[in-house]
Amino acid sequence: MTLERTDRGPLGRAEMAAVVARDIPSGSYVNLGIGQPTLVADHLPEGSGVVLHTENGMLHMGPAATGGPDDPIDPDLTNAGKVPVTELPGASYFHHADSFAMMRGGHLDVCVLGAFQVAAGGDLANWHTGAPDAIPAVGGAMDLAIGAKQVLVMMSLFAKDGSPKLVEACTYPLTGAGCVDRVYTDLATFRVGTGPDGRGVEVLETWGTTYDELAARLDVPLVRA
Amino acid sequence: MSATTFHETHDEAVAGVEDGSTVLIGGFGMAGMPVDLVDALIRQGASDLVVVSNNAGNGDTGLAALLAAGRVRRMVCSFPRQSDSWVFDGLYRSGRIELEVVPQGTLAERMRAAGAGIGAFFCPTAVGTPLAEGKETREIEGRTYVLEHPIRGDYALIGAHVADAMGNLVYRKTARNFGPVMAAAARTTIAQVSRVVPVGGLDPEHVVTPGIYVDRVVAAPGSGPAAGDLQQQEQA
Repeated sequence: MTLERTDRGPLGRAEMAAVVARDIPSGSYVNLGIGQPTLVADHLPEGSGVVLHTENGMLHMGPAATGGPDDPIDPDLTNAGKVPVTELPGASYFHHADSFAMMRGGHLDVCVLGAFQVAAGGDLANWHTGAPDAIPAVGGAMDLAIGAKQVLVMMSLFAKDGSPKLVEACTYPLTGAGCVDRVYTDLATFRVGTGPDGRGVEVLETWGTTYDELAARLDVPLVRA
Repeated sequence: MSATTFHETHDEAVAGVEDGSTVLIGGFGMAGMPVDLVDALIRQGASDLVVVSNNAGNGDTGLAALLAAGRVRRMVCSFPRQSDSWVFDGLYRSGRIELEVVPQGTLAERMRAAGAGIGAFFCPTAVGTPLAEGKETREIEGRTYVLEHPIRGDYALIGAHVADAMGNLVYRKTARNFGPVMAAAARTTIAQVSRVVPVGGLDPEHVVTPGIYVDRVVAAPGSGPAAGDLQQQEQA
């Protein structure tokens, strides 16, 4: 049953992060991508038991360091965005090959990524616009896309120019093929890659809009959950 | 390789790097970046280098300064473009440097493979993307993989925290990053550390990089990836 919430407007950024956090099972090992996904950490409930992985080599990462007396800035302790962070009791450190083996080997439960585009079949484009003068830089995006048991994407449903970011086929270069499970947007939450052909998109819930309105604006094969 | 040697200066530690060498440079951003060794490599003068590092330099110091000095022919990295990577950006846009972009985990695993004597390996990362174009693929038990080859270094420059007199290394926190894999992947590994302790000064259970992988160590004032809190290692 698609839950249509028409008594309110679309989700703000923090609200989107809270919705993603709501859907992360307690006790999961989770990697939060750089940018918007980082906000999810602020909404994990106290005692959730979620352990955050950062691909530069740490499990049980704590919040960003504030530079106060209890959490001084330590240049040797950063997250994947190179922001100084803290360690929680029970943290561990490991080198890069181990960190990515952990990811590629399917040991992480969830990863949350931003995206330029997601295709109905679960293809992800989030590393390169393909512009001829752009310098390609991939970082850990491709490793994350294919590694975690569940890949969640967090993005606005429409680009600034009004074009949908949930598409039939990505026009930007791919980060991973058929790798995305769910897409969390300001207007709706979707499950992608469903149906007999693996190219169906289920609308799980909407925010400030209806299923029919979305079906009119998107060029992908939507179905009600 | 023979026993680890210990050096008074960074210049002495990087002596002999030949033109055309492949140099693995540790660090993720500034964490674990062997800045003093890179500065010494600039003074040493080797050119036509292939540099393998996660990023392509920040600001105007360290790796960025090596690039600015025109010593690097080819950069192999996962994430060259950053807010402060103007040196690399300028060289790339004017066609004065070659770039090979490698997914971060594949970059680490290709060096791990080199250190471990693996000929090549099938990896699921990048399948179906532009970074797998032209590479051999194979389906194994229903999943598609792309063939990736090892990256060997002639030299590795890494930052570690403490060395003992056997060349065993420990690191600090996320500054460990590429250090252990690069140490094993290079013919000659050069480590800058905060300090050297006598044999017995490190608990063998806590050693991260055994001295067999470490050829030269330099501990000099101000050395090490960060002059951080030593207390944890002293307890180790």
